[in-house]
Amino acid sequence: MIARLLAACGLLAFAQGSWAADAISGAVERQPINVSAIVMFVAFVGATLFITYWASKKNNSTADHYAAGGKITGFQNGLAIAGDYMSAASFLGISALVYTSGYDGLIYSIGFLVGWPIILFLIAERLRNLGKYTFADVASYRLKQKEIRTLSASGSLVVVAFYLIAQMVGAGKLIQLLFGLDYHVAVILVGILMVLYVLFGGMLATTWVQIIKAVLLLSGASFMALMVMKTVNFDFGTLFSEAVKVHAKGQAIMSPGALVSDPVSAISLGLALMFGTAGLPHILMRFFTVSDAKEARKSVFYATGFIGYFYILTFIIGFGAILLVSTNPAFKDAAGALLGGNNMAAVHLANAVGGSLFLGFISAVAFATILAVVAGLTLAGASAVSHDIYASVIKGGKANEKDELRVSKITTIALGVLAIGLGILFEKQNIAFMVGLAFSIAASCNFPVLFLSMYWKNLTTRGAMVGGWLGLLTAVGLMILGPTVWVQVLGNAKAIFPYEYPALFSMVVAFAGIWFFSITDKSTSAGEERARFLPQFVRSQTGLGASGAAAH
Amino acid sequence: MNDSIYERIERSPRFKELVAKRERFAWILSAIMLGLYVAFILIIAFDPSLFGTPISEGSPTTWGIPAGIGLILSAFVLTGIYVYRANGEFDDLNQAILDEVKQ
Repeated sequence: MIARLLAACGLLAFAQGSWAADAISGAVERQPINVSAIVMFVAFVGATLFITYWASKKNNSTADHYAAGGKITGFQNGLAIAGDYMSAASFLGISALVYTSGYDGLIYSIGFLVGWPIILFLIAERLRNLGKYTFADVASYRLKQKEIRTLSASGSLVVVAFYLIAQMVGAGKLIQLLFGLDYHVAVILVGILMVLYVLFGGMLATTWVQIIKAVLLLSGASFMALMVMKTVNFDFGTLFSEAVKVHAKGQAIMSPGALVSDPVSAISLGLALMFGTAGLPHILMRFFTVSDAKEARKSVFYATGFIGYFYILTFIIGFGAILLVSTNPAFKDAAGALLGGNNMAAVHLANAVGGSLFLGFISAVAFATILAVVAGLTLAGASAVSHDIYASVIKGGKANEKDELRVSKITTIALGVLAIGLGILFEKQNIAFMVGLAFSIAASCNFPVLFLSMYWKNLTTRGAMVGGWLGLLTAVGLMILGPTVWVQVLGNAKAIFPYEYPALFSMVVAFAGIWFFSITDKSTSAGEERARFLPQFVRSQTGLGASGAAAH
Repeated sequence: MNDSIYERIERSPRFKELVAKRERFAWILSAIMLGLYVAFILIIAFDPSLFGTPISEGSPTTWGIPAGIGLILSAFVLTGIYVYRANGEFDDLNQAILDEVKQ
């Protein structure tokens, strides 16, 4: 399947990605070398490597490596989760979407946010009470270890792979754009740094890199929004009316535009964003870094607050760019387009409100953001291989800690090499659809199995296997047959599957498949699996027997 | 943990109370969040001009702005409400159940 996708992508020329707001796509121009940005970035890398060194001395057991020993507080974890979510692509992409289409940018960001309350209400505490290091721990709790862990690990790795490619290519282009470094140098640099963080610092270093970056990004974005509001005397009415005056689309930027045109696509996109979040392995893993369900709940509360605040800031920043960047010829080329493309709207705004030093700061933060996100993804991918496939499937749960850690570290290096290779291979390709695909697969494979394993007594291994794989294959299949890949990537005239987002259909297939093949499963093992629901249910509710901070 | 403790908890009336209350609360809040979001998406899909209407005569701000910002704030407020009750009332009840079986 991956091979076919690679082949598919090889054929692509130019395409408008529907998920462009979360991936830097299209050709970019290399910018002149930006010295203050590089100095600040080097300072960030220095600080994070120091943290990695500090964390490496505490990184002795599997519990430390996968879950930072369960000693992260709810507030810290909230910042780290928000950090995982506030990728460079979402900062630059969503502000660019606001810059070009106004209100549509807000619609898009809301989709990303509303999954969080649902995760809190329905998933967070049960997940924390049942799991140890990966969400496969929870999904396979009362089912057959080998089958379910293989399924969950495959789901995790596919999601991580697509997400990682999108981030690596985005990273290379962004760095080329911001620092004037060569694309290949940038990709290799990102690959090496992310491996260093994960290899030596494990989850503890990865979490702290994420926290520092989240604080830097939130401070920088707050400053920009503040400066924008200062130019309009802190009056939103003036901000909007001035923006409408200078924007080519005029009044249209104040109402919903082309982002969601038909109800089916709209609902399908909403489902993918909402439930995809609840199936992203690097996000789910963060729930095991806190000591108990209480802290897990607090993390979601803080994360929702930070992410919501961040999206309001990007909305103001996008409008600020309409006002201060689009009217300034210094930021435009001869044809009147933004230098470096629309994704540069927020970066040019940084220059406009804070001068070249602040521009350097925002550029360095954008780079730091990518590093932090790819490190989290790499750790999640390596854990799926070492904890789920090696320790549970190959060694039947009898692997010793030292071997498991070694496998995790070897996988980390392998993922680093793979990420650099794919980053270079996909340089000229349109990768915008990959984030969408990652969310759709997470919503159609990981989420249904995880959710039903905690909520539905009658779930059996057979049902989870059939439904989970069906969901995964349907999501990938419909994405290939849909407009994004079939028309824009493969160059066919008309899409076989008419909708851009497959989640509505692939989630129905997954849930229906799991339901049907579970209720018709009359085997003895299915009966045992149903009987194990009771103790699982009590543990998920009360936390009795849950792995704690010390005795992870 | 042996199964008999789990069975004792399962039979405890307090446990039944905890599960019933917390589940109900979580589902109600989920329904509110989902309902608000689905309503938002359906308006965008079926009647986008509604969000393009100014909130008052001559105002540049359209109804879409308070609706969108309100949705972001409601996500934050709803999580706050849940955490407040779950980490207080529900966790106290949970602790009482665990103390009961440990005696």
